[in-house]
This record gives sequence, structure tokens and C-alpha cells, in this order.
Amino acid sequence: MARAVKTRTRIGYSIAAWTVALIIFFPILYTVITSFKSEQEAIAGFDLIPSLTLESYKAVQTQNDYFRPFVNSVILALGSTVLALIVAIPAAWAMAFSPTKRTKDILMWMLSTKMMPAVAVLVPIYLIFLRTGLMDTRTGLVIILMLMNLPIVIWMLYTYFREIPGEILEAARMDGASLRDEIVHVLTPMAIPGIASTMLLNVILAWNEAFWTIQLTTTNAAPLSAFIASFSSPQGLFWAKLSAASTMAIAPILIMGWFSQKQLVRGLTFGAVK
Amino acid sequence: MTGKTLRALMGASAMTALAAPVMAETLTIATVNNGDMIRMQQMTAPFTEANPDIELEWVTLEENILRERVTTDIATNGGQYDVLTIGTYEVPIWAKQEWLAPLEMPAEYDVDDLLPAVREALSVDGTLYAAPFYGESAMVMYRTDLVEAAGVEMPDSPTWDDIKAAAEAMTDKDAEIYGICLRGKPGWGENMAMLTAMANSYGARWFDTDWQPQFDSEEWKTALTDYLDLMNNYGPPGASSNGFNENLSLFQQGKCGMWIDATVAASFVTDPEDSTVADSVGFAQFPNKDGVDNHGNWLWAWSLAIPASSQQQDAAKKFVAWATGKEYTAAVAEAEGWRAAPPGTRTSLYENAEYQEAAPFAEMTLKSMNAANTQKSSVQDIPYTGGQFVAIPEFQGIGTAVGQTFSAALAGQMSADDALNAAQSNVTREMTRAGYIK
Repeated sequence: MARAVKTRTRIGYSIAAWTVALIIFFPILYTVITSFKSEQEAIAGFDLIPSLTLESYKAVQTQNDYFRPFVNSVILALGSTVLALIVAIPAAWAMAFSPTKRTKDILMWMLSTKMMPAVAVLVPIYLIFLRTGLMDTRTGLVIILMLMNLPIVIWMLYTYFREIPGEILEAARMDGASLRDEIVHVLTPMAIPGIASTMLLNVILAWNEAFWTIQLTTTNAAPLSAFIASFSSPQGLFWAKLSAASTMAIAPILIMGWFSQKQLVRGLTFGAVK
Repeated sequence: MTGKTLRALMGASAMTALAAPVMAETLTIATVNNGDMIRMQQMTAPFTEANPDIELEWVTLEENILRERVTTDIATNGGQYDVLTIGTYEVPIWAKQEWLAPLEMPAEYDVDDLLPAVREALSVDGTLYAAPFYGESAMVMYRTDLVEAAGVEMPDSPTWDDIKAAAEAMTDKDAEIYGICLRGKPGWGENMAMLTAMANSYGARWFDTDWQPQFDSEEWKTALTDYLDLMNNYGPPGASSNGFNENLSLFQQGKCGMWIDATVAASFVTDPEDSTVADSVGFAQFPNKDGVDNHGNWLWAWSLAIPASSQQQDAAKKFVAWATGKEYTAAVAEAEGWRAAPPGTRTSLYENAEYQEAAPFAEMTLKSMNAANTQKSSVQDIPYTGGQFVAIPEFQGIGTAVGQTFSAALAGQMSADDALNAAQSNVTREMTRAGYIK
């Protein structure tokens, strides 16, 4: 009897989980479906089975160059992630292994910078970018995206580092390891799963960022977010093309997420069950 | 990051910035995504061949993002753009802020050929600040076959009573044919463009000469009540979420007896490739209320302007003159036929016999555009300019807020009276806050 209930509960949970997942995934699925419709079909109404035309993809290709924004997206996502890790690993190390009275406050303060709407600092940052010649450069965007995601990266790494027993680092120190050795050769390898999932999440966040990447670029450094934005229009029928552009923009990150989902889930739930 | 790395990065990017001007001049053109603009991007070869030292870079953005981007750039004197695509709403506001460079066009450009209403809408104190790329007014597009079958007549200049009678006669809800389709989607450029023009044609105004909102007036009440009656009785279901695109699709599928909207739609609904009703569309002037001499005064022109902050004024001016000139129109006509020529900017286009033949909507478009007066959009005294909008910076915000209220009334969430009361108190508050009402 007990077993029967358990199976039934499990089936119930599975159905619930699948339903929720489907609801969350549906907008993306519908975007992909719409990208294979003609413009007339796209706007005509709800329809899950398209006539499978590639005309939108063709139009998107001729109207706009996909390659340049794609390369920009890759550089921005990877560049900002690497830069963020270089800054965040020492910071998280310091807070995890030699906390002071103020560590909690510093962490909160870092997170609080994420609570302000980005548009509030648009004009000062815009001016700084203009004066320093960083406007519409990949360098500038890598820095901005790194700064945007830094609080989250530090928080995640801090949580992972806390799980690592401090005694191991102490032992390394006793054996004469320098600070650099300690971080590079002892701490980092042990925290690889955590660092990997932080990296993945940061790449996804940087890839999808659509405020700064649109506001601070014109043509040279514009990534895929700007590529999508260029297909949005209030007058004229462009829904299928917009969907095709979106599909092309999210495909790389979706595929990456698919292959690394195990890592991602393990990293995100790391330390959650204590 | 260490100071050294940062300095190195800054240095590197500064060098990139310095290296750029040595090469050919690059014009960065900010534009919106619509059919005519995209066609222009693909047809720039004659310009770049004639001007090998000028390179063109395009930034295509959605209208609202473009406005936001360009405003930030101009306000900070950023100089990121050399040519901007903006509308008749922005031009007078931005020109008064001295954000736009005045346009003195060469003689061969033939400024006098521009449609007077459009030229006026793009000028401040007689100086032209933007060159029109294509323009539109609003008119009635109707199904000649349905009108005939219903046994009604559509005059060239119908009144709102004529519209109501025709809508009633054509509606056949069982066959999914709705007498009239109008915009209902909230937004200052969506339902409020329609409702402001409709209110104009009822003799209403947004503000009196002391900037007091007038939603408590009899004219607004009649206009909104008639709009709601028309849409509730003869309109398609879910009309409160229909904008330009949705109505275009409905009309092309043969589900609307009439559609009153931008004249630019005429070329889409008569295009046999996209429209199932292409050969049975008739056109009439924007309606007015019996006894009110006002046909809505809807006027919009997507135009090319040069920001005062651009470092390449001369090259930019050359491009603007080419893209909005007669040569470009002729090049489009040669490549894609006269129907595709950008409409609504030049008198010469409407005098062209080939265009008249290819575009059955030409005559009514011209008539509608010439009838639009953006300097005085209401028959009553008003302190503002603009046709289907009020040309003040605050209008985007208040127009959209009022649009949401009216859209809610259309969806049946509130009565016309409640919607007007809400609009009146909202707009009074915003206008007081902005300092118009002392």
C-alpha cells in the first residue's frame, strides 16, 4: 500500500514537473515554430503546425549579417566571464577563508548594486564611455558585462568555497605553498564544479544581456541582442523574421546549455541540501 | 583588474579610436525596421559608387529603443550617429532643443517639390530640420464588393454617420466579416493616434489654451462613445489588442469591411501577393462628424535628420539629399516598379502618370495628406501643434496612459464616462507636475 502511494506521488510529481517545464519552455518553442512560418501565417493566429518554410531565415540572412554580431557575442560572453573569474576568485577566497566582522556587510553591499535599475546609471556610464573612447568597443562591453555580473559570480563562488574545509588550505600553507599556489593549485581544482557552473551561468547571463549591449553599441561591437532588436517593428509584418532572428541568436546558448545541463544543475544545487 | 591592465585596455581602445578617421568617412545611420527603410539599405549602391570616400553603417532598431538610444546620445553630445530616422513627433521638439542640424538643401534637391503639409511639419520657424523619406496620412480603406453587396454607398468624403451605416450593413458575424476594424491596442502611436484623429474630426481638442485637458468636453464624450459603439457592434472580437499589424492582417484576410488607418497600408492591402482582397479595395477620406470641417489631421513622415553632434555634417547631408531625392524614387521605381516608390513626400510623384496608374490609392493619399494641418489640428483654439498626437515631450507618457484607459473601455472593463474621467484626472495631474498648468 505504502509503495503504491509512493509510486502515485512520484507520477504526480513527474507530471507536475513536466507541466511546469513545458509552460516555461513554451514561448521558446513557439518562437522556433513561428520562425518556420510565412509572415502571413505568423500573424494569422495560434497554430502549432507550420508549413515549414525557410523564407524568414533567408530574409534575415540577406537583410543583416549574422556573423559579426555572433562573433561579438562569443567574445563578450567569454571575455566578461574570464575577467569576472579573475577578479572574483581572490575576492571570494578572502571572504570565505578569512572572514571579518564586515564580510557579510560587504556581500550584501555587492548584491545591493544589482538592486538598482541599470537605466539609473546609463548617463554617467555613457559619458565615461564617450570620454575614454570605449563607446562601441568590445573592450568596453567586456568590462561593463563583467561588472554587471560580478556580484552574482562572487556570491556563487563564496558559497562553493565555504563548502571546502579550510584545513586543507591550512595544510597546503604548512607545506610551504605560497598564496598564489594555494589559490591556483589547491583551491581552484577542488572548486572546479562550482567554478564551472558559475562560468556557465555567467556566460548565459552575458549572452542574453540586452540593455547595455544595445545602449553602448552602434555597429562595431553590437552582439546578437542588437541583431534581434533590428528585426522588431511596429509597422509591417515581421514576426516570422523576428522569430527566425531570435532562434538564430539563442540557438548557440541553448545548445551549450543542453550539453552542460548536468554541470549547471549540480552547481546550482551545490550546498542546497545541508 | 590591476591598474596596469586597465590602462593598457584603455590605451588600446584609444588607439583604435584614433586610427579610425584616417580611413574613409563612415556614416552611421540609425533607422527603424520597416519595408521602405530596409529597401533603402539594399539600394545604396548608386550612392556609394558616386561617393567612394563615404562608407555606410546601419543600426536598425525598434522605434522606441531607437528613440531612447538617440536621445541619450544627443543629450550627452555623443556623436555616435550621423543620420537619424525620426518622425514628425520628434522633429519640432528636438529642433527647438537645438539637437538637430538645420538642412539647407542644394537647388537640385527641389525643396519646393516636398508636400507642403509634410514640409511644414518638419520645419521650425521656416527652417527645415529633417527630410521626409516617406509620409502618410490616414484614410478609409473599404471593400468595394461588400459595399456593393450590402447596397450602401461610400462617398469620397464620408461622415461618421455614413461609416456607421456602412459598418452595420456589411457586418456578418457568422461569416466572420466585421464591418469595421480600428486600432484598439494601447499606445500613443497605436490606439491614441486613431482616437486623437477621430476626436479632432469631432471638433474635440486635447488641451484648451491654458493647457487644461478637455476629456470632460461633450466632443470627446461623443467621439469615444461612438468609437466604442462602432467597435462593440461591428468590430472584430478582441479588438482591444489590435494594432496596425493585426488589423492589416485581418483586412488582408478579408475579415474587415472597412479599415481606417495610415495611408501607407494602402499599398499592402492592394498587393496581390499578400492580400486576398487586393482587387476590391476602395479608398475614401478620413471621416468627419457632420458639420465639423476637420478630417482628423493625421500626418506622419519618417524622415532623415542630422544630429547637431555629428562630426560629419557634409557627408551626412549628401546622403540625406540622395536618399530623399527624386533620383532615389526613380531608382526604386526602375528596380521594383512604381508601386514600391516611397509615398507621401513629393508632389512630383503624384503628378507622375506611371505612378498614378500603378497605385490606385495615389489620388486619395495625396488628398488626405494635403488636407492634414499639423499646425492647427482642432477646430477649436489650441496651444500645441501635431496632428494625431500633441507635439510635447510629455505626450509619449500621457498618450500611452490615456490609451490604456481607452483600451480598457473597449475591452469592457470600464464605461466610457469612467475612462474619460480617469483620463481627465491623470492628464491634469501629469500636466501640473510638468509645469504646464500653473
